[in-house]
Amino acid sequence: MRVTVWGCRGSLPSPGPEKNLFGGNTSCVQVMHNNTCIVLDGGSGIQRLGATLHQDIKEVHILLTHLHLDHTMGLGFFLPLYNPSVKIHIWGPAAIEESLLRRLRRYFSPPLFPVRLNELPLHPIIHEIDNSEFMIDDIKIQSGYICHPGPTLGYRLSFGNAKFAYMPDHEIGLGAANFPNEPDWTSGYEIARDVDLLFHDAQYRPSEYVDKVGWGHSSIDDTLAFAKMCKVKKLELFHHDPGHTDIQLQSILHEVMLNKQLDFEVSMCAEGNVYDIS
Amino acid sequence: MPQQPIEIILSRQLADCMKVAVFLVDPAGNLLFYNEAAEGILGIRFSETGSVPVEEWASVFKPTDIHGNHLPPEGLPLVQTLSNRKPAQGSFYIDNRRGKRILITVTAFPIEGRPDTYLGAMALFWKTELS
Repeated sequence: MRVTVWGCRGSLPSPGPEKNLFGGNTSCVQVMHNNTCIVLDGGSGIQRLGATLHQDIKEVHILLTHLHLDHTMGLGFFLPLYNPSVKIHIWGPAAIEESLLRRLRRYFSPPLFPVRLNELPLHPIIHEIDNSEFMIDDIKIQSGYICHPGPTLGYRLSFGNAKFAYMPDHEIGLGAANFPNEPDWTSGYEIARDVDLLFHDAQYRPSEYVDKVGWGHSSIDDTLAFAKMCKVKKLELFHHDPGHTDIQLQSILHEVMLNKQLDFEVSMCAEGNVYDIS
Repeated sequence: MPQQPIEIILSRQLADCMKVAVFLVDPAGNLLFYNEAAEGILGIRFSETGSVPVEEWASVFKPTDIHGNHLPPEGLPLVQTLSNRKPAQGSFYIDNRRGKRILITVTAFPIEGRPDTYLGAMALFWKTELS
């Protein structure tokens, strides 16, 4: 599986010269395997992905973790949606009352957006999922609800022994009991356990998280403890705070890694990164 | 151990913060967690028992009438909730692990998650004064 990052910023697109290194586009990650194209989230990064998608790709699966704006705002600007020869599937979390289709229509309608879903040349195929397991071609997908306001899924993608987990918005601090000593009482554990690569929310410094408990995001130290508990091989810190510059992000990573000896790799995720998992 | 559903994890987190005694059970009735206030009433700490299989509840506390006669399970609010997935309430005595007979009132309700998944039940209970 080849994983490409098209956006790893959290909450709000925040381009600017002081953010060139890690990027300003919001969540969007592409997973390619042969001709299978899976896109995780439709943040602002999906616009560039759509503009550069290979013309041989005739089917795209967009897996939405949840419907907060920073994860859906790019959908209407994804050019393949306007190409009748490309079949688009949109997968996303079930809610208690309102269907996924109805919730998506709120975005694809005035005054938020001029084009309605049924005005597209080919209506996307909508798949509502919850704690689910299914196949997209050769890739096994597991989805599970995780701790974040509103219905929110984490995704685990695997092919053979290669495993990748994606949880861009996840508040471990609220979603775990006796953390990090009881994996079975920790939100997201089944999604992330033993993966080769984990993209995980790390929006806040520990000192920043104190004032933002309940907002749905994790502090970096919780994310490190979670990755350790899940025995991941590589952790990419994701969903960077829109206010954090490149220099601040590098400094935060340096601070939290100081005097820590971990048996897995840790990096700040950057837009444009490519990972091959085999 | 497989991971608990997020609704159950959050229920435990809530219970852990609450002053009222709370029992948390899975759909089969296995006791997953009870909080500090419940420890005070039951006379035993969660760290001593951990999760308790449904068939061993009676060793944690004995539900009785005022004379100490054992109550049938179907008369207990939590068992009713587990049976019909509806809230239930009632009062009865328990003989706790310290040998004390305490009158408690219980309110039990089902925990149903997205999109329509039955995950267990929560019971809130408190000591009741005889009027």
